[in-house]
Order: sequence, then C-alpha cells, then structure tokens
Amino acid sequence: MIEKTVTELCAALASGETTSEALTRAYLDRIAEHNGALNAYITVCEDSAMAQAREADAQRAAGSTAPLLGIPIAHKDLFCTQGVLTTSGSKILHNFVSPYDATVVERMQAAGAVMLGKTNMDEFAMGSSNESSYYGAARNPWDLNKVPGGSSGGSAAAVAADLCAMATGTDTGGSIRQPAAFCGVTGLKPSYGRVSRWGMIAYASSLDQAGPLCKSAEDAALLLNVMAGVDNKDSTSIDLPEEDFSATLNDPLDGLRVGLPKQYFTAELNPAIAAIIKTAVGELEALGATVVEIDLPNSELALSAYYVIAPAEASTNLSRFDGVRYGYRCEEPKDLEDLYKRSRSEGFGEEVKRRIMIGTYALSAGFYDAYYRKAQKIRRLVKDDYARAFEQVDVIIGPTTPSPAFGLASIKDSVTMYLEDIYTIALNLAGLPGMSVPAGYVDGLPIGMQIVASDFAEAKLLNVAHQFQRVTDWHTHKPALTANKEA
Amino acid sequence: MAFDKSEVEKIAHLARLHLSSSESEEVAARVSDILGLIDKMQSVDTDAVAPLSHPFEAVQKLRPDVVTEPNRRDELQALAPQCQDGLFLVPKVIE
Repeated sequence: MIEKTVTELCAALASGETTSEALTRAYLDRIAEHNGALNAYITVCEDSAMAQAREADAQRAAGSTAPLLGIPIAHKDLFCTQGVLTTSGSKILHNFVSPYDATVVERMQAAGAVMLGKTNMDEFAMGSSNESSYYGAARNPWDLNKVPGGSSGGSAAAVAADLCAMATGTDTGGSIRQPAAFCGVTGLKPSYGRVSRWGMIAYASSLDQAGPLCKSAEDAALLLNVMAGVDNKDSTSIDLPEEDFSATLNDPLDGLRVGLPKQYFTAELNPAIAAIIKTAVGELEALGATVVEIDLPNSELALSAYYVIAPAEASTNLSRFDGVRYGYRCEEPKDLEDLYKRSRSEGFGEEVKRRIMIGTYALSAGFYDAYYRKAQKIRRLVKDDYARAFEQVDVIIGPTTPSPAFGLASIKDSVTMYLEDIYTIALNLAGLPGMSVPAGYVDGLPIGMQIVASDFAEAKLLNVAHQFQRVTDWHTHKPALTANKEA
Repeated sequence: MAFDKSEVEKIAHLARLHLSSSESEEVAARVSDILGLIDKMQSVDTDAVAPLSHPFEAVQKLRPDVVTEPNRRDELQALAPQCQDGLFLVPKVIE
C-alpha cells in the first residue's frame, strides 16, 4: 500500500480498504528499516504521527472528507513546525524547536495530513547534493553511493523510497526539480507568490517557493490545491482567483505548442539525456503537440545573476542568526562581537559562509551597482526572454539536469556544483512555474524532463505532465532498495 | 576579479564571521572562482535595462496599523541561550 500515490491512498482510505493508523504504521516501519541507509529524515515524529493518524480515522468516522485526511507526509526541515525540531540542515539551529507552524504546514494539517517527520536538506537550502547538511548527506535510493540532489534531497529520497506518500520541498534555484530528477519522482515549483513563504526559513526571499515532491502529476495537482493561496502573513504571496488544478488534468493536448530552447540542446548536453528528452517530446507530439525551436539568449547569464542575487539576499536573511535570541551560541564569548562572530562561524557550514561572504561583498559600499544592480538588470533580460518565448509556445521543455545523479563527494569545487543548476535557475529569476517528471534512465539512474509554463499557468503544466504520465510509466518505477542496502 | 586575503578579512568582519588565517586563504581562492562566474555578466550592455527586483514587479502591500499578534514573549524567550527578567542576556557592552 505504501507505494501508492496520494490519489490512490485517498481512495483506499475513503473506501475503508485501509486506515490512516495502519498506513502511518507501515510508513514508520519502512522509515525504521531504511532511514539508516538513506538518511532522508532528520527527525521522525513517531508518537505524534500515530496520534494524528488515529485522529484522522476518528474524523473520517465522524464524516470528514478533508482532501488529505489521514495521508502520511513529510516536511522539508526548513518549514517551521510547532513543537518539533526545525534545523534547516544547520548546526546553528540544532536546538530550535519552532514555536509556530509555517502556513504550508498549517494548510496541510487543516487538509488532514499526518506528519511523519522532517526531511534532510542542504544547509539553509544552499546546495545541489544534500552534502552540505550538518546532519550528514541523504543518499539516493537508486544508488546509495550517489547524491539524491538538493537542496530538497531528503524529501526526494523519502518519496522515491516510499518513506512517505509525498513530501514538501522548496526551490530557490532548482531545489525541488533537481532532486526530483535525480530520485525519479515528480516535483513542482509553483510560480513565485503562489504558495505562502511564511514560516519557511528564508534563503533568498525573491526566489524561494514551496511545492510538492510526489509520485505523479495528478498528486502534484491535488497537493498544489492544498498548498496554494494568498496569505496575509506573506506580503509577497499573490492574490489569484482560486483554481482547481485537478480539473484540467485531462484536457487534450491537441494543438499544444512545445518550445525546445536551442541553448539547451548543445554539444555540452549528455547525448543519452538529449535522446531521452527527444523521445519524451515525441510522446507529446503523438498526443497532438507541435514542436518549435525557441531562443533563450540570456540563459547562460542567469547563473551569474543568480549567484549575486541569491547570496545577497541570503547574507541579509542569515544576519538574524546571532547567538542571542535562539539557536547555537559559542562557549564563553569574551565580548558581544566575539559572541556574534564565533556563534556564526561555528554554527554555519562552509558553503553557507561562502555565500554570506559573496552576498556581503556584492552589497558592500562601492560594489552595489557592479554586482547587485547589474544582476537585477540581467534578471529582467532573462524574464524578457521567457516572455518572448511564451508568445510562440504554451510550454518549454528540456532536461532538468545536465547529468544523472553524481557520486557522493565527487564534486569538490563550488562553481562545478553551481553548474548543476544550469537549466533550473532561470525560472526562479523569472518567477515561472516548472516541473520535473521522470522520463527515462542513464546508467540505471533516473532522468528528469523539465516542463516550464508561463506565469501562473500551473494548470497547463500539470495537464501536460499528467498526459505524459498517462502514456508513459517512468513515474511508477521504484528503486530496488533491498538490493543495494549494503552499499 | 581576484579577492585577496585582506579583502576577505574586511568582508568577514562586515558579515560578523570569524575566519582563521588558513580559512581566509581558502575562502579567498574559492570566492575568486565564484566571482569569475559572476563577472560573465559584465560583458553585457545593460545601460538601457531597468533592474527587476520582484519577478512580477509587485509592490509592498499595506495593512491597517492594528495589533494582530498576541504577546508570546515568555514562549519565545524560552528558545534563547540566556534570558533574565524578560531580557536577552549578552556579554557586557558598556563599562
């Protein structure tokens, strides 16, 4: 039962085929069996999960039909969860038990979901491998010697290995889509402002967006219905007319215009990945889509602009960690400056410190125009590229990543790691919605296809992804976990 | 653009980070690499381009100036490393 999609589990719970208590127990047993090898969870909430499951069963008996009633889920460990450790993958929050719930957590709870625990992640969501977590790297269920991707690596690994029915993630430069691709699951980054950021521990506030990692596009639609909505507590959340993302999943793709960016299909792209994406696009053509080449001339510059804007925003967001109000404090500070400096230096990991340094430099006197302002101008050029492309096409398709999951500890320098996000980062700058769906394998590792739609066109995105999943079965494949348990 | 050790120390101070001498050298080298990636954007003429700070150019929303949150001081201060009489404690700043 635990391998089923959320949609299937909802039906099984509604028909009485199973109970939330039985399901929750089954996931907790699975976590106990495999989390040692996968390190997908930082915290498992066994007692509260079982209590929530029994409560969900009682509510069902009393007639409740909440959309996720009794579904066992996990939250990335940067969503604040009241009374539960919330670390953001950092030592500096090793003792932070949140006094409140994030809006996403509240919405999932109100929909009846059961929280199994909190998933591993790159420290403060800064990374593409999950290796910067203070709590150790999560592993890829398809090969325990490979990374699950990042930053939402624990969420992707947990979904792929059936350690939960779905998990939340966040995406600042690819942190939902890239791990979804590496672990062979479906991941959705909504448009900026679609989902409230309140109670998410901030990395880069103008780029961060929450979304689901799950087992099908149909699930992603159901989960987005629950997660989306304007929130007075997040002034950047956008007030949009309420939509049912499940309603248009079965619209035919006749006449769909698909754009393939010429900048993506170059000699640098792994040819096996290029072939997989071309085959996947062929499936959409068979469903009635037409394909055209499009031009995104500023694609390469997106990475440069991102590595100014994201660190600049991070350096200001992370100034709140000062060893005074919560979190880690150094031993025996000799004065206030020593308290700040040592608490932060001992509490933050290497990559976080590097990004704080870059951001502080980019915002420092004399450099603002050359870096931050310049990056914001590039950001507009990137946004304009997409606006022009969407005059010709309905969706843009390409690979989610330039390579399959790489080996643990195989990438040592920052710039090489940053290049892993080459196809995903531009969407965050432009605020666009994007998905990664499983589309095939290279060397036994899953490959993701990225689908991008225009501003707030998540319904179109989900429609295309769902139709693709109706004629393919990549999203239903499971890693043979027991086979590589000893790796 | 290269980033030397003295610059690293200045920026580290602004960011309230303490770096040991060997760490400063490592950070200088790695940050220089990253700045190399970033500096690619200097090759584009953007004189006529307006900066974009929000993907949909939304502006700050306003709300009536009324209290909406309850006072949870004790609960929140329970998370602090050191508190006394409702105050956060830090090393002495004024002699």
